[in-house]
Amino acid sequence: MKRVYVNEEWCLGCHLCEYNCAFANSGLEDMVLALKGRKIFPRIHVEGDDRITFAVSCRHCTDPLCVKSCIAGAISKRDGVVKIDRTKCVGCLTCVLVCPYGALAPGEDGIMQKCELCLENSCGAPACVTGCPNKAIVYEERGGAE
Amino acid sequence: MKRYVIIGNGTAAVGCIEGIRAADREGAITVVSGEARPVYSRPLISYYLEGKTDLERMKYRSDTFYADNGCQVLYGRKATEIDPAQKTVQLDDGTALAYDKLCVAAGSRSFVPPFAGLDSVKDRFTFITLDDALSLEQALGTGRDKRVLIVGAGLIGLKCAEGIIDRAKSITVCDLADRVLSSILDAECAAVVQQHLEAHGIAFMLSDTAVKFDGGCAEMKSGRNVEFDVLVLAVGVRANTELVKAAGGSVNRGIIVNEKLETDLPDVYAAGDCTEGFDASLGDRRVLAILPNAYAQGQTAGTNMAGGDKVLDNAIPMNSIGFFRLHMMTAGSYTGEMTETRNGQTLRRFFVKDGLLKGFMLIGDTVRAGIYTSLIRDRIPLETLEFGPAAHEATSAMYTRETRRKKYGGVV
Repeated sequence: MKRVYVNEEWCLGCHLCEYNCAFANSGLEDMVLALKGRKIFPRIHVEGDDRITFAVSCRHCTDPLCVKSCIAGAISKRDGVVKIDRTKCVGCLTCVLVCPYGALAPGEDGIMQKCELCLENSCGAPACVTGCPNKAIVYEERGGAE
Repeated sequence: MKRYVIIGNGTAAVGCIEGIRAADREGAITVVSGEARPVYSRPLISYYLEGKTDLERMKYRSDTFYADNGCQVLYGRKATEIDPAQKTVQLDDGTALAYDKLCVAAGSRSFVPPFAGLDSVKDRFTFITLDDALSLEQALGTGRDKRVLIVGAGLIGLKCAEGIIDRAKSITVCDLADRVLSSILDAECAAVVQQHLEAHGIAFMLSDTAVKFDGGCAEMKSGRNVEFDVLVLAVGVRANTELVKAAGGSVNRGIIVNEKLETDLPDVYAAGDCTEGFDASLGDRRVLAILPNAYAQGQTAGTNMAGGDKVLDNAIPMNSIGFFRLHMMTAGSYTGEMTETRNGQTLRRFFVKDGLLKGFMLIGDTVRAGIYTSLIRDRIPLETLEFGPAAHEATSAMYTRETRRKKYGGVV
């Protein structure tokens, strides 16, 4: 199962992934219309401090706590991808409380959204990866880290 | 072919079914469902009244869930007795079910104290089940002309208050405790939340409660009288332990289970709000009546019932809840040294003991709080990271590069 990984040594902290993510999930064809002058709600975010930066998005865990904890039964894992049914979400944020990776955040409407690997939007492959200028974000198959 | 019986049809039952089926596609699963409807998301009943969801979207699993998992569901049936020697469960229609493995996921019920004169109140409701919510909805009607008295300023009472604010003429909440949400918030955090709720039109009578009812009038402990049209009783809940107790199993405030979710009756497991399990933040037993725990316990029980070997040893109390767009999260136990940051409505308190994060209360700023939760749950020594929780928001930058590589750099 391919996932999105970040090589933090290569991350410039430029936040372009956040913009590419927001654009990819906007449903719009014009990047200017999608982003200009708007607060964006990306599904990947850059964290860090003055020494190190790295982007974080859903790990699509083997045994996802968010799926087990969602009080609405809105989160499920299918074909290796953790997905959220936004019509069922009531915005209680329990998934935020349990995700050890800090990978979930609400969208503009207060309803949760998360990285679904751009598999169902017009990109078809993670936009954060394609748009990363330093190739710090990759989409690949890896084993466990330990 | 194994015969599995599950008493109860809520979240823990779903976890149990999914746990069993991950290991055993063949065994027969029978679900005894007291409620005459498929599983739904119980914590959503206030959101239903608020109009944020509906009966269709409240379904916790798809319409084909039971069929897909080969379950027979006995709707509207109650288990009346467990015979651990014969390995049977008696039902209220006189029939019996034989089991090889049994899971008691019987949940909890509203606790209603024996108030004097309660029978004289025409429109009185508890607030746990969907039927409770539908009855309350009907009693409130559409006139927005009902004065509502809610007894209990806990999670259930306050979520109810928020849910019906646009359907009621007025809402008064009373509680014997001196603050709102007394089970999860300390006095100062509670004060922030109370103020916010008051600003949205909810009136409080704290350190005070109803002692006697006479039709539409409650006589309070303080001597005051409160007139109301609709009464909601949200004093608390009690675990449904009776079946296991009568069968000779150990119960305290909940059914005693070990980390494999076994009761001390052979081949009898228990999961969800009816249990008393281990709280990793407290290092002791506690009833953890929250949905995430119900699912995790059910799934663990199911896995073990199907012959697996799974333990659940990192459960902690936790709640994520919002009222009128003010969100708060709490987790763990409030023990040890407290540090805080405060900025208007934002109040964050962390509790550290023996070099471990033990608990937190976050009001207003909850971004990435799960990183903190994992520190409690996994008992991560704080000396291994740069932990300055009070100073800034949750971030995995607090981990060492090596930890981060492990956590974010591979399959987890």
